[in-house]
Amino acid sequence: MRRLLLYIIIITTGFIFLGRLFYLQIVDESFARLSEDNAIKVVYNYPQRGYIFDRNGELLVSNQPSYDVMAIPRNVKPFDTLEFCSILKLTPEELSKKLDKAKIYSPRLPSIIVPQLTKSEYAYLQEKMRKYPGFYIQKRSLRDYQTQNGSNVLGYIAEVNNKIIDDNPYYISGDLIGKQGVEGQYEELLRGIKGVKYIQKDRFNRDIGPFKEGVFDTLPKKGKDVTISIDAMLQAYGEKLMENKRGGIVAIEPATGEILSLITAPSYDPALLMGRQRSANFTKLYYDTIARPLYDRGLLAEYPPGSPFKTINALIALQEGVVDVHDKFSCNRGYVYGRGRKLGCHAHASPLDMIPGIAQSCNAYFANVYRRIIEKYPTPQEGVNTWAKHLNSFGLGQFLGYDLPAGRSGKIPNADYYNKIYEYPTYKWFATATISNAIGQGEVLMTPIQLANMTATIANKGWFYTPHILKSIEGEPISDPDYTKKHFTTIDSEHFIPVIEGMHQVYKVGTASALQIPGIEIAGKTGTAENYTKINGKRTQLTDHSIFIAFAPVENPKIAIAVFVENGYWGGRYAGRIASLMIEKYLRNSISRKDMETWVLTHSLEDEYLKPHSGEPFSINN
Amino acid sequence: MAKGTISFDWVTILIYLLLISFGWMNIYSASLGDAPSGIFDFDQIYGKQALWMILGLFMIVIILSIEAKFYMKFSSVFYIISLVSILGLFVFGKTINGATSWYVFGGISIQPAEFAKVGTALALANYLGDIQTNIKLFSNQLKAFFIIALPALIILPQPDAGSAMVYAAFLFPLYREGLSGIYLFLGFAGITIFILTLVLGPLYVSIAVAIICLFSLLLKKRRRPTPLVLLGIIIGAIALSYSVDYIFQNVFEQRHRDRFNIVLGKEVDARGIGYNTNQSEIAIGSGGWLGKGWTEGTQTKGQFVPEQHTDYIFSTVGEEWGFLGTSLVVLLFVGLLFRLLHLAERQKSTFNRVYGYSLVGIMFLHFLVNIGMVTGIFPTVGIPLPFFSYGGSGLWGFTILLFIFVKLDSERMAF
Repeated sequence: MRRLLLYIIIITTGFIFLGRLFYLQIVDESFARLSEDNAIKVVYNYPQRGYIFDRNGELLVSNQPSYDVMAIPRNVKPFDTLEFCSILKLTPEELSKKLDKAKIYSPRLPSIIVPQLTKSEYAYLQEKMRKYPGFYIQKRSLRDYQTQNGSNVLGYIAEVNNKIIDDNPYYISGDLIGKQGVEGQYEELLRGIKGVKYIQKDRFNRDIGPFKEGVFDTLPKKGKDVTISIDAMLQAYGEKLMENKRGGIVAIEPATGEILSLITAPSYDPALLMGRQRSANFTKLYYDTIARPLYDRGLLAEYPPGSPFKTINALIALQEGVVDVHDKFSCNRGYVYGRGRKLGCHAHASPLDMIPGIAQSCNAYFANVYRRIIEKYPTPQEGVNTWAKHLNSFGLGQFLGYDLPAGRSGKIPNADYYNKIYEYPTYKWFATATISNAIGQGEVLMTPIQLANMTATIANKGWFYTPHILKSIEGEPISDPDYTKKHFTTIDSEHFIPVIEGMHQVYKVGTASALQIPGIEIAGKTGTAENYTKINGKRTQLTDHSIFIAFAPVENPKIAIAVFVENGYWGGRYAGRIASLMIEKYLRNSISRKDMETWVLTHSLEDEYLKPHSGEPFSINN
Repeated sequence: MAKGTISFDWVTILIYLLLISFGWMNIYSASLGDAPSGIFDFDQIYGKQALWMILGLFMIVIILSIEAKFYMKFSSVFYIISLVSILGLFVFGKTINGATSWYVFGGISIQPAEFAKVGTALALANYLGDIQTNIKLFSNQLKAFFIIALPALIILPQPDAGSAMVYAAFLFPLYREGLSGIYLFLGFAGITIFILTLVLGPLYVSIAVAIICLFSLLLKKRRRPTPLVLLGIIIGAIALSYSVDYIFQNVFEQRHRDRFNIVLGKEVDARGIGYNTNQSEIAIGSGGWLGKGWTEGTQTKGQFVPEQHTDYIFSTVGEEWGFLGTSLVVLLFVGLLFRLLHLAERQKSTFNRVYGYSLVGIMFLHFLVNIGMVTGIFPTVGIPLPFFSYGGSGLWGFTILLFIFVKLDSERMAF
């Protein structure tokens, strides 16, 4: 025993130490993290965010320096609180609350006390900064908007939230990220890559040099400047015309698929979502659930397309060979299908063949055409599916694939859909059950950008490029095959000629003849879409939407445009006027019809939008 | 083996060389400044240590070339020189870090307490090796205790409680030579009661002692302690428990209380008194399996651990070499101690055996207290890790202590 005791004690001690070391070094992971926090300081170097230019090289978005008042709570010493507060327009209570919050976050790390000072606040405060130990001013880069328009196109910058931090290891708390629009879509292009420096600290929290001689450090990569396809002048003009109205406008250059303007109304100044008031402004916009200014109607609103849809039905009928351009159908103020059911129409000459049928927007003509398409096939299911397949080739009923982070697929009903709602095979359904499709009502829904793309496709006689917003990166034109590959529709190009002629007649003698611009030939189509809402649980018909599609010039299309104005009475009244003004503005850069411009600028639909809330009656098809 | 045949224990020497080399690598890392200069830059801590090591090698040669008998014959002289050198500190000593433990000649400072252990070990071995000494006799026990306690009591008020405490290591050779196990038992029971009192308070400890004693009445009659002894134990334990509580609360200074409270987990104060231990644990813990690599320790570079090149050198091992390095060091020490115990047991003379046991006891206590402190098991007691911690006196002290034994062992047949 006397010999063994020391052996036992030594071996026991050895085991206890090994156990303790195993616990400290292997089992308990918290020490490894503590060490990193302790000894390594990570400093990020943020590059300039890329600028955004319009298609003509006009600067839309640049950067401006911004100044945040920071504090390191541990270093804060008593100071003249009242003077400090009066410069920054804070109450002493607010200040002490902010300082307490900063202390809870970390006594030795900097926290933002007052973000984004104005330049005058900064200039004044900088003089006095030495009187406030523990405080300093940190420079950051903020967006500087050179335009008041296109907030929906541009998107905005916000601080990353916890979800983004969890999903993407690039971002850390306090980083900024682009949201919505171009800023959101091309975030990685615009932001560049932040540089990082690891700095070894000593126990007094002093920097003692780069960690491992800087082998892990990286240099920041500057964000790329991008040119977008928007024409800033056209965008601004369109937004001005849409004041006091609601709706969406999309204009596309048919030859390239470039989006010339993307307008949603109501809109807001992009500068509202920047700077110290960002959060307050965002909340205000976000909670305006009636006008919904943050809702991009150009991309998100799904409307019944109305009469412009007839052009495609005409194209499908020609492709399917069920009508000839010269086949005539009679119209007696509508189309009767089945017992006592009638699709109404307005007064016009009868019978009509295709070109005047489009020009006069005859419902009876297109009801016949549509029935022939569907009834060409032995079952209505086959007929509807064939019809839907043609529509899908125009990018309808699906996401177009454009390069903006918001969208809806719209709706093109197929046989499955009708089988379900009509409970097939318990009940049978026939072409007449879907007759509203003939005139773009019923189940069909489209977003303005889909409608604009359809118009561009007609202008191109059967093909389109996926609409896109990015034109070039640092002067280098985009080469992404998604946007540089032609998509062909299932319609042969020869069939477009009579349809375009019909649309031209709309402008010359038809429903849009009041919109003529001397010297510019337009192909267009008016639309007046019925729409409903629920008021106090009762389905109520609202004032019709005003819709217009057009491209111009007819011979060499430079612009294809789709205009939706919610509750704008009828196609020619608001949408047609706005479209023709925008076409003139884009092609001529001046307006010859000042009276029409004044009419649009001075007419408001705000009363109309108040009706569901005020209980005033609607004037339908006035 | 014939008299005078030279046969040194190469296992011991090999482990020694491994320990000092690895120790120096860690001192280099822990004391590496912004601009690394040559290994022999004597302005740098690692340069000085390299110098001590090389001079130490010469010293080893000298120690090994002196006849083993010399150490026994002159043990009293060594002891007296030791006592004088530590007594002299009261007059000529220089105060560093609050302890008057140093002589300073020019730029060199010497800590005589590190050498006094050698003198005491030799003196104790000489006394117990005397054919007339019987450690079972109380008067002889008293003399042995006197030899041990005298230097400890001189060192204690310098104040250097850590170095003084190490003298408790001499209980191991005494026990080996026949000292009653009661002393060890009482010591162990006393420490247990001491710690339990601090954790639980004297009332619960008293109750626990009483219950254990009552249970002992269930033992067979022959082995059962007499009621009088039992009562004595209970009264002694309760008195100790309450006096510990009293001493802790009233005699100890706050800093002493803090040190214990940190280890006992009663207080968490990462910035104040617990800072050393906390930073040391962070450094070790951040090492993981393989560590961050030599001279790559972030805690070490940031000098977060105070006194890292001296008492806390083991935290550098932990951070830069990971569990691999720390377990290697622990195993090397255990291996060395086992080897030395084995050598001690094979000695023919009591002098050699007692000296060997003293050596093992002292090294073990340093190993136990130092690594226990650095890994947060024990309270902060500032004693160095043999062969690892920076310091010429410490290195030389242990080297002399060890190699005298290597020499004794090589000539064990001569006695």
